[in-house]
Amino acid sequence: MGIPYSYSFRNLWTRRLTTILTASGMALVVFVFAVTMMLAEGLRKTLIDTGSYDNVVVIRKGAGSEVQSGVERSQASIVAGQPEVAIGEGGLSLLAKELVVLINLPKRISNKPANVVIRGVGPVSLALRPQVKLVLGRMPRPGSAEVIAGKNVAERFQGGGPGETLRFGMRNWTVVGVFDAGNTGFNSEIWGDVDQLMQAFRRPVYSSVIFRLRDSSGFDSVRERIEHDPRLSLEAKRETRFYADQSEAMTKFLRILGITLTIIFSLGAVIGAMITMYAAVANRTTEIGTLRALGFMRSSILAAFILESLFLGLLGGMVGLFFASFMQLVTISTMNWQTFAELAFGFNLTFEIAWKSLLFSLFMGFAGGLLPAARAAGMNIVAALRST
Amino acid sequence: MNSTVIRPPIVRIRNLTKSYQRGNQNIPVLMDIDFDIADGEFLALMGPSGSGKSTLLNLIAGIDKADTGQIVIGGVDIALLTEAELARWRSTNVGFIFQFYNLIPVLTAFENVELPLLLTALSRKERCEHVETVLRLVNLEERMDHYPSQLSGGQQQRVAIARAIITDPTILVADEPTGDLDRLSAEDILTFIDRLNREFGKTVIMVTHDPRAAEKAHLVRHLEKGVLSDN
Repeated sequence: MGIPYSYSFRNLWTRRLTTILTASGMALVVFVFAVTMMLAEGLRKTLIDTGSYDNVVVIRKGAGSEVQSGVERSQASIVAGQPEVAIGEGGLSLLAKELVVLINLPKRISNKPANVVIRGVGPVSLALRPQVKLVLGRMPRPGSAEVIAGKNVAERFQGGGPGETLRFGMRNWTVVGVFDAGNTGFNSEIWGDVDQLMQAFRRPVYSSVIFRLRDSSGFDSVRERIEHDPRLSLEAKRETRFYADQSEAMTKFLRILGITLTIIFSLGAVIGAMITMYAAVANRTTEIGTLRALGFMRSSILAAFILESLFLGLLGGMVGLFFASFMQLVTISTMNWQTFAELAFGFNLTFEIAWKSLLFSLFMGFAGGLLPAARAAGMNIVAALRST
Repeated sequence: MNSTVIRPPIVRIRNLTKSYQRGNQNIPVLMDIDFDIADGEFLALMGPSGSGKSTLLNLIAGIDKADTGQIVIGGVDIALLTEAELARWRSTNVGFIFQFYNLIPVLTAFENVELPLLLTALSRKERCEHVETVLRLVNLEERMDHYPSQLSGGQQQRVAIARAIITDPTILVADEPTGDLDRLSAEDILTFIDRLNREFGKTVIMVTHDPRAAEKAHLVRHLEKGVLSDN
């Protein structure tokens, strides 16, 4: 048995102020680390939750997003004729030919303009997205200049609220309803009748065709047929995959940013921990000599000081994670670089982020404690005892 | 007619030398030391500062290495032991009593005394029983949950003595055990060490400057410039 854990733990408690200050430095680093990971995860989750596994999105081959895509009417009709397309109530195909365009709207608070997605939808678009619920007002009447706005648009953009008017496509559009799509990207969109919007924006082609699979296992065959049909230069993706791809660039950027910032900050925190631990070793030289004289091995001394530093790191990690968890209450919006549209999303704390943050804080503790612990373990017993 | 009991030596030292290097200079501290300490002896090592008495004590206790010579304690030539073997040997064979008690400030009296037992195979229950017995012996059973800062100097030294004897070591080494104590506490500690020697047969090797402390010993040896003189 080695030196008891209580020795390491109580030493931290004895020098509380130093412990708190050092752990605060580590907490800050863990906070930054966790928050950026939560941001990336929030974005990824928002975009992934936007899609349904049984829905298929068909866009032009090579187009990264609906904005860049174009599906001709004739092509859309061929897709609509595929046997894998599910049939809904009333015998209607669960398939929507949609248009996606970007417009510029000023924000309510800052008055600064930002891109918003306008989605031209068909009669079954809502049925294809069960997560989208009309929470206020009514659906737009077909053939009218009426739109419904996602919750985030209604809250954040001028003219996006119910009863308000938006001007785009050289027409005025009345917001007749507000929909809530939960934690998904649809909340940052405006929906209107697809034919009216195509006329307004003078678009002869749809952006995408979305349909529900009759049987989820039929995806591969329908994809094969669509992608190899010489009349179609289209590609088909499951909707979940489609939105996951859209989050890729942004989440990668956020992760790299987070990791870069964290590495820079962590150097400071590790040096802080190292200074604290060196001071601890210097103050306890006689204790170290005594423990060695009593028969404790160098490895026990090394372990005791590393454990102390790990405790310090863990404390910082837990505090940092505690404060980072409050960020889940915050929603932010930014431009999704893949679609160039404004997207609102929250910070999402997952179990994986939590354990990675704690592991990172333990690593900082270990890195900060290793050299001082090695110094403690390497001390000559007589010299250590003489430092009384 | 008085009969003299000849006890076998527990410590046998032969041709012991030790020097320190200071820059390019070699400073001899102990020169060709030869002596035995009998089992159950109470020996006081005296001498002026820098005479090498603490160095000799450290060598006997196995916390320092001699340049040449032999130190056989309880049949083991400790000069031949590796560092790890020496650490294990110390944990069972040597009890340390320091001038400044050297208790671990963040551990209670109980935990301080228990420390050497953590290196043994005893169960938690057995360790508890041992610690309580020893603390009772030094009249500190009421203070077992106190931290060193909550105890007087004399009490701290008694905790240190309890820690020194908890493993029932072969020898007790005491380096100026009364050097930091007032007269009354010093007397109390010396009486206690004397009792350990007389009642429990512990071999005690004590370094001291204090002639009153040396009076308690059965045998006093003087060191002068690294050379051991006769009594």
